Amino acid sequence: MTLHDTAPTPLPLRAPVTLTMAAALNAAIQDAMRDDPTVVLFGEDVGPLGGVFRVTDGLYAEFGESRVSDSPLAESGIVGTAIGMAMYGLRPVVEMQFDAFSYPAFEQIVSHVAKMRNRTRGRIQLPLVIRIPYAGDIGGVEHHSDSSEAYWTATPGLTVVSPSNPADAYSMLREAITSDDPVIFLEPKSRYWAKAELSLPVRTAAMNTAVVLREGTDVTLIAYGPTVKTAVATAELAVAEGLSIEVVDLRSLSPFDDETVGASVRKTSRAAVLHEAAQFGGYGAEVAARLTERNFFHLAAPILRITGFDIPYPSPKLEEYFLPTPDRILAALGTWEWN
Amino acid sequence: MPHHCVMSLNVESLVESPLAAPRPLRLIDDTGRAANPDEAGGLVLPDPATLLSLYRRMVVARRFDVQVTALTRQGRLATYPSALGQEACEIAAVAALGPEDWLFPTYRDSMALLTRGVPAEHILASFRGDWHSGYDQNAHRIAPQATPLATQALHAVGLATASKLKRDATVALTLLGDGATSEGDAHEAFNFAAVWQAPVVFVVQNNQFAISVPLDKQMRCRTIADKAIGYGMPGYFVDGNDVAAMYAVTSTAVQNARAGQGPTLIEGLTYRMEAHTNSDDPSRYRDAGDLEIWRRRDPITRLDTYLGEIGALSDAERADIRAEAEDLAADTRECMTRSAPVDPLELFEHVYATPRAALAEQRAFLAVELAEHAAASVAADTAESSTAQSGGTR
Repeated sequence: MTLHDTAPTPLPLRAPVTLTMAAALNAAIQDAMRDDPTVVLFGEDVGPLGGVFRVTDGLYAEFGESRVSDSPLAESGIVGTAIGMAMYGLRPVVEMQFDAFSYPAFEQIVSHVAKMRNRTRGRIQLPLVIRIPYAGDIGGVEHHSDSSEAYWTATPGLTVVSPSNPADAYSMLREAITSDDPVIFLEPKSRYWAKAELSLPVRTAAMNTAVVLREGTDVTLIAYGPTVKTAVATAELAVAEGLSIEVVDLRSLSPFDDETVGASVRKTSRAAVLHEAAQFGGYGAEVAARLTERNFFHLAAPILRITGFDIPYPSPKLEEYFLPTPDRILAALGTWEWN
Repeated sequence: MPHHCVMSLNVESLVESPLAAPRPLRLIDDTGRAANPDEAGGLVLPDPATLLSLYRRMVVARRFDVQVTALTRQGRLATYPSALGQEACEIAAVAALGPEDWLFPTYRDSMALLTRGVPAEHILASFRGDWHSGYDQNAHRIAPQATPLATQALHAVGLATASKLKRDATVALTLLGDGATSEGDAHEAFNFAAVWQAPVVFVVQNNQFAISVPLDKQMRCRTIADKAIGYGMPGYFVDGNDVAAMYAVTSTAVQNARAGQGPTLIEGLTYRMEAHTNSDDPSRYRDAGDLEIWRRRDPITRLDTYLGEIGALSDAERADIRAEAEDLAADTRECMTRSAPVDPLELFEHVYATPRAALAEQRAFLAVELAEHAAASVAADTAESSTAQSGGTR
């Protein structure tokens, strides 16, 4: 079997079905591959097994060895060869099996994926997607629950996004695959089993924008990926306390949607950013700093970071003490002076 | 008496290798005579016209390399990693490729770029500090010169695999150094290439030093080419100063890759005659006597002798080639004297295909700063000239 040059057939809107985020991601890759013969998929166990989270289930059977393949077990090799494929007109979608297993590919991502376009003055683009299941709350053993987003967001040249729900998972992955920029696609493992009823191909807001998920007037909670669910739960709890919380789902970590998030913060005048990753030097520091720089005179209180502790990710029995919970978030909001 | 412990990472092997001492494949020996058939390992000597073309390109490339080293010493370039003495590997690799093939070079492979047709000024743009890669990569089918060692080998494997998936005839060739073979990416590239049967050729220029560190501190095996066995691909240990052998092996490897026979690992045994870069001092780590030994194995001298003896290179041709080389050297000097304006606002142009508001803001900030500097400079000039006019009799 080989790559063919047939024109893409437009995909009809299908009847609504209930899908998990993992199934929505699977459908996004499947539709992208049906639409564009240059999309290829490879990584560890993505073939007949369908990936350890089954995100690539059935794709090997449909598209065959030439477009869906199990690679040797080497992440630098996976990303490095994806670069060469992208240079030759393919659109590789590769999987790093778990967050912490992406680190062998760090050099390829930071020194080449991020820099190729700039180094070649735009002559060589790398339209590739690096999917990384990330973050915790799944009872994972060591090295299976890292939140490594700040490593990627600190690197110019990378686009870093993270969906929090099945609809965004489908829509954002489709957009990531068609993007001419390389995309780090962070999939929150704890949300893989979240369900939604979707009519595919669903299109949500543009991949590089934040959305206000829930309107509120008193506080803006800024979340992404796994902590969006926590933020919404917090907002629901807060109603009983007479506190109106607005929830912003960032979706795109790089670029950062200053416009949407800034508007929300100016409206509520108070904000807190949530993430699982450690606080020190974390992504929340950037969010707090840039929102403060741009909106200082609209703020009634310092922007809080409510995050994991500055420790390595804990073992399964201890992770509940590490992750930000609605109670911890409400307690943190209570430390502000309210008048 | 207790055994005296010496702080060293070099451990004496308890087992002698069962393998014979390696002998590099060669077609023309150090003295410029046809090598014994047992040294040729079945390789076929290229015809005189091909050898003459290789000779011409080696002479021209060396003149370029020497000229650029001189310009670097004069401060015209920020740095330049010379490959003096490695012309046979550099030129053979390029000569083995077709126009549709891709080359993945390192920072030391400027002679290969020149030989593949990249203008001197575009090669040197990066070493002069204009931009990180100064040539049209797509037009020449040459990836940017890689600095992180062995990383480009994976790109070559990926591109070659894409070519195979598209059923194209394109082959990728990557140049590596001996030190780079210690990197994990070299291992991953060799392994991916073999598993995927990618149409890729690895040419390792074993110049025996990774900056200052000799090869016996990089590896314990006989040759780099031996490693190919472990990956399940053919490996060749070749006299890297014999362009005839390097060309014969490399072009066969390229043809095999194109014919669907997968990757090949080629080790060219050579020597880095110059320092690592202009900021290096080889006298601290290697013996000057070694340089003399390798000078006697010079790739150009030996081919000159061979071609002269078979009557394929006349003094008139030598003079003609020399003139071509001098013309290139003069052009190279001239292009380095021309001012090469850089545009600070271009810094923001190529980072992303999708425009970003934050970068537009930073670009606007820099534009204002540049305009203010320009205005201040005009004001200073005006003030100076009016002072000069008012005080004109001084």
